[in-house]
Amino acid sequence: MIRIENLSRKFEVGNQIVRALDHIDLEITKGEYISIMGVSGSGKSTLLNILGLLDTPTKGDYILSGINTSEMNDDEMAHIRSTKIGFVFQSFHLIPRLTAAENIEMPMVLAGIKPKDRQEKVEIALSHVSLNDRSDHKPEQLSGGQRQRVAIARSIVMEPDVLLADEPTGNLDSTSGIEIVRLIEDLNKAGLTLIVVTHDRKLGNRSDRLIRLLDGKIINDNVK
Amino acid sequence: MRFYDLIFLALSTLIRYPLRTIMLLVATSIGVMAVILLTAVGEGARDYITGEFRDMGTNLIIVIPGKNETSGGGSPVDLAGVTPRDLTIEDAISLRKIDGVKNIAPIVIGETSAQFNGLERNVPIIGSTQSFLSVRKWEMETGMFLPGSTLERSPPVCVIGKEVEKELFGGSNAIGQWLRLGDRRCRVTGIIGTEGRAVGIDVQKLVVVPVSLATALFNRPSLFRIAVEAENRLVGDQIIKDMKKILKKRHRGKEDFTVIRQDAVMASFDNIFNVLTMALGSIASISLFVAGILIMNVMLVAVSQRQSEIGLLKAIGAKNKQINQLFITEAILLSGSGAILGLILGHSITQVLKISFPTFNFLPPLWASYVSLIVALMSGVIFGLLPARRASKLDPVIALSGNK
Ligand SMILES: Nc1ncnc2c1ncn2[C@@H]1O[C@H](COP(=O)(O)OP(=O)(O)OP(=O)(O)O)[C@@H](O)[C@H]1O
Ligand SMILES: [Mg+2]
Repeated sequence: MIRIENLSRKFEVGNQIVRALDHIDLEITKGEYISIMGVSGSGKSTLLNILGLLDTPTKGDYILSGINTSEMNDDEMAHIRSTKIGFVFQSFHLIPRLTAAENIEMPMVLAGIKPKDRQEKVEIALSHVSLNDRSDHKPEQLSGGQRQRVAIARSIVMEPDVLLADEPTGNLDSTSGIEIVRLIEDLNKAGLTLIVVTHDRKLGNRSDRLIRLLDGKIINDNVK
Repeated sequence: MRFYDLIFLALSTLIRYPLRTIMLLVATSIGVMAVILLTAVGEGARDYITGEFRDMGTNLIIVIPGKNETSGGGSPVDLAGVTPRDLTIEDAISLRKIDGVKNIAPIVIGETSAQFNGLERNVPIIGSTQSFLSVRKWEMETGMFLPGSTLERSPPVCVIGKEVEKELFGGSNAIGQWLRLGDRRCRVTGIIGTEGRAVGIDVQKLVVVPVSLATALFNRPSLFRIAVEAENRLVGDQIIKDMKKILKKRHRGKEDFTVIRQDAVMASFDNIFNVLTMALGSIASISLFVAGILIMNVMLVAVSQRQSEIGLLKAIGAKNKQINQLFITEAILLSGSGAILGLILGHSITQVLKISFPTFNFLPPLWASYVSLIVALMSGVIFGLLPARRASKLDPVIALSGNK
């Protein structure tokens, strides 16, 4: 489903060039559960952002479902993000003035889906993350774990193919962290391709496949 | 994105930052209010000056003492002050023999005390003839106006406004009663029904007497002006020529008076005041653009404050166009509701002013409301464009890591 060939991402900072990703090859099939690990600055987030079409490579190809993404324009990429990709961030990124239900509804609002159809899907997503009784709460009225559950509900409400999670438990205590991990693993068992960036060795070891990055290169790619 | 979702999202941000929203609303509403108020003053001034002429018949020619040096297009109000040689009742009488003249109404104005039954008031006086009624298109409430042929004679009669009747006669019937005016007496023959103003005076506060009674009362033979009603518009120019000839002869060959056609004056006044009102409106519109620039600045700040939200929206599938729309909608909502608030304020204050200054008619023209609303909305769009563009062009990765 995902194929990356000879992909590099460079940043120019002043007259210095940072190779965040350096000639990477990677293939990911549907339904995989992958952890990406590596020291800080090794390029994990950069890789995830490119996989999520938030960022574009400076060199190389990223082929998603048979389509080379370098040929896509902004709108086409936005459409893929809307329909095929779900994001979960370390800092939740909920819109503070909207309720939990409205936050979850947001991707469908942007996609122009009718309010009647949205209502039903919000309900289903809320029950997936067991937050039906909190649908009217604002983010500030929710705990960190609950916020991340809202963010997960939001990321799956458009029924994407891939879930990209950048340190989803980074801001959580261990109990709610485990809850979140179980939640996304359940989604993976139901068929969703799951790619998680993490610093947590225990979390990394739970996955079927572990990719290690260092200085923008894949130094280890273990399928268990 | 659906229209109501767009409105809902934009509204939710405006509500989220109430202080900022209120500030921008106030700025825009002040601009719109300024347009309404200034144009109301302009239109009011036009109404004040031309109103008096407007009520009169259309085939009216007016003779004013004094000559405008530049000739033509001058204001009769200015001219009334300089009187090289007075117009007299005899001048008015001499105009009667001109062909095509239907009515002649010489006019004297002044003020004197009016007394009845121990009650005393200072009242404005107009001295004229029966023709005055038809020249001014007045209507009587009860009784009769001045009798005919009062040019030479001065029968001791008078007609009073409703307010004079109320103040001096209380509830009792004024008609047939003797009213004391200065050192004269007159019998009240009628009550004026018309409301409004004549030569700047509230009709309901007036006492109208035969012109020769007025000249005797004020001990002054000069007329304020002579109003001549032509049989129809077409004869107007010929009448003016004849009038000038006759009056010039009577004034020892000097044209020390001004003859104007009422319709021509009306037209030029209308033009002058239209330009004035529009100028006032445009000046006030500048404040709308100032408000627009304020909106732009605040929105630019908002874009950098809401970077992470913009990044998130992009991550969950927002197209650049949608981010653009969202910010433009916010700007339009701000300027639009500010404009509506300004319209409400402007019109309410106009009403208050009308009550506080009843002598001046504040008339906000309809176009001012439309124009200020449109200008406000346009400035919202124009000044919203830059921030909206900046927001939509943000790099999602950088935006996501930006401040919350
Ligand atoms: N926008 C940018 N401009 C310049 N350099 C950048 C930019 N984004 C990332 N980098 C650099 O690219 C490299 C990889 O960054 P990345 O964020 O992918 O690291 P990471 O593995 O996610 O680290 P962390 O564990 O700290 O999140 C780093 O050296 C970083 O400084
Ligand atoms: Mg990172």
